[in-house]
Amino acid sequence: MKTTAYYKTKKITINLVIHLFLLTVAVSCVFPLLWMVSSSLKTQETIFKDTSLIPRVFHFENYYLAWMEGGFGRYFLNSIFYTVSVVVGIIIVASLAAYAFSRLNFPGKNILFYMFMAAMMIPIPGSFVPLYILLNKLHLRNTAPGYILAMINVGLSTSIFLLKTFFDKMPKELEDAARMDGCSKLGIWWHVALPLAKPVLAVVVVFNALTVWNEYVLALIIFDSKPLMPLQVALMTFQGEFITRYPLLMAGLTITALPIIIVYVLMQKYIVKGVTAGAIVG
Amino acid sequence: MKIKSTLENYVFVLPAVLIFAVFYIVPFVWVFRYSLHDWDGISPIMNYIGLGNFKEIIQDKIWWNSMLNAGYITLIALTFQNALAFLLAWACDREIRLKNFYRLIFFIPPVLSEVVVGLVWQWILDGNYGLLNHWLVHLGFPNLVRNWLSDPQTALTVVAIVHSWKGFGWGFLIFLAGLQTIPRELYEAARVDGANAWQSFKKITIPLMVPVAVLVAILTILGTMQAFVLIIAMTGGGPAYHTEVPVLRILASMRGSSRFGYACAQGISFGLILVVISFIQYRFSKRARQI
Repeated sequence: MKTTAYYKTKKITINLVIHLFLLTVAVSCVFPLLWMVSSSLKTQETIFKDTSLIPRVFHFENYYLAWMEGGFGRYFLNSIFYTVSVVVGIIIVASLAAYAFSRLNFPGKNILFYMFMAAMMIPIPGSFVPLYILLNKLHLRNTAPGYILAMINVGLSTSIFLLKTFFDKMPKELEDAARMDGCSKLGIWWHVALPLAKPVLAVVVVFNALTVWNEYVLALIIFDSKPLMPLQVALMTFQGEFITRYPLLMAGLTITALPIIIVYVLMQKYIVKGVTAGAIVG
Repeated sequence: MKIKSTLENYVFVLPAVLIFAVFYIVPFVWVFRYSLHDWDGISPIMNYIGLGNFKEIIQDKIWWNSMLNAGYITLIALTFQNALAFLLAWACDREIRLKNFYRLIFFIPPVLSEVVVGLVWQWILDGNYGLLNHWLVHLGFPNLVRNWLSDPQTALTVVAIVHSWKGFGWGFLIFLAGLQTIPRELYEAARVDGANAWQSFKKITIPLMVPVAVLVAILTILGTMQAFVLIIAMTGGGPAYHTEVPVLRILASMRGSSRFGYACAQGISFGLILVVISFIQYRFSKRARQI
C-alpha cells in the first residue's frame, strides 16, 4: 500500500525537476543580457581579459562616451521620434479606416477591407527593393517622412484588423446618443469611439511601437546619412567600423534594449495580446 | 444629401487607402515589372529581358544553397525550438509557483530586436575573446573551443540555435494559451477512470493540441524562412556563403551588385515558394482539424 508520504515525496520531486528545468531556461534567457550590461561597464583593455560577471570597477563613463562620442544620443532621439510619429500616424489613420469599415456604409467597402486583410496574408519577401525605388522617385529616400510613411504602411493592416474587431463588438447606443445631440461623424469618432477603444488602442500602440523600435531593414535602405539613422542601423554601422570599441557597443546595445524591456515589463499584458493577435492573423 | 454623406464616409478611409496604394500596391506591381528587366536601379533605360532573370535563378547555386540553409534553420526551429516551447508550456500549465515570473522571462528574447540579440550572441560566441570558449577551457573541454561563427561546420547550426533562443517564447505563449483552454474536468474524469498521467497526456492533451501545434508550425515556417536580420548581425552570411538565406541574397543583389531586376525576380520566386508552403499547410491544418 502506497502511503500519503510516498505521494507527497513524489509530488515534491516532480515539482523540483520542473522548477529546475524552467529555471535553467529562464537563466539562459536573462544571462546574455546581464553579460551585455557587464561588458558595457568594462574598458577596452579589461573587456578581453576580465570575464567576471560583476566587474571590479564600474565604468559608467562608457554610457556617456557612447551617448556623446558614439552618437547614440542622437540615434536614440531619432528612434524615439520615428516610433512616436509612426504610432501616432497609425492610430489616426487606422482607427479612422477601422471605424468606417465597422460603422459607415459606402460602395466598395468590403473590397477595400479585404484588400487590407489580403496584404497581411501574402508574403512579399524583398518588397524593400521596389520601395527603395519608389522613395527615390518621390524624393523621400533618406528623409524622415519617407521612413515614417513606409512604417505606417507596415503596421496598418494589423491595426485596422484589431480596431475593426473591437468596434464591431462595441455597443452602438452611445454613438446614437451623440448623433441625437448633433455630433458629426468625425466628432463621434473622436469623442465617442476612440475613448471607448482605449484597451485595444493600448495593444495597437505597444505592438506598433515595438515593431518600429526594432525595425532594421527599411531603415537600412532608406537612410544614408548618419544623423538620420535610428538605433538598430547605427548599432550595425558602429559594429562594422575599423576597430570595434566593444564596451561602447555594449553600452549602445543596452541603451537600445533597456527601453523595450522596461516597456515590456510594465505593459506585458498588451504586448502579449498584440503579439499573439498579430501572429494569428499574419 | 445621400451623396454628401457617402463622400464623407470615404474621407475616413482615404488616408489609409492612399498610404496603402502608394507603399504597398505600387511596389507590389513594380516587383513583377522589374523582374522582367535587367536594371541597375539608377540608369534611365531598363533592359527588357523577359524571363531571363528567372532562368538565371534556376542555375544560381548560391541562391538554392541559401534556400537549403533557410530550410535547415527552419527544421531546427520546428523541432528543437517548438519542442522546447511545448515542454515549457506544459510545465507551466499547472498549479505552480512563479508561473507569471517564468512567463515574463521567456518572452524577453522575442521582444528584443534581432540586431541586439545577434550582436550580444556574436560577442559571447567570439572565437578569441568570447565567453563560451573561455568557459569551455575552464570546464576542461579545450578541444571543443572553436570560432563558432566563422567555422563552416558550426556557423549555420549556431545561428539556428540562437534563432530558436530568440523565438521559442512565441511558441511557448501560444501553446500555453492552448493548454489552458483544455477543460480541467477532462483530466479529472480520466483520473477517476484510472488513467495515469502519461495516458491522459497521450489521450487528452496531445489530440486537443494538434490544431495549436499546426498553427505554431505554420508561423514557425513562414517566420523562419524569411528571417535574416539576426544573420546579418551574427555572420553577415559568411563564412563563404555558409549562413546565407534567401532574403539576404535579395538584399545582396540589390545593394551589393545593383541588380534590381534580379533582386525582384528572386523575391517573386521565394514569395511563390512561401505561398505554396502555406497553401499546403492550410490544407493540412483543415484535415488536422477534422480528426
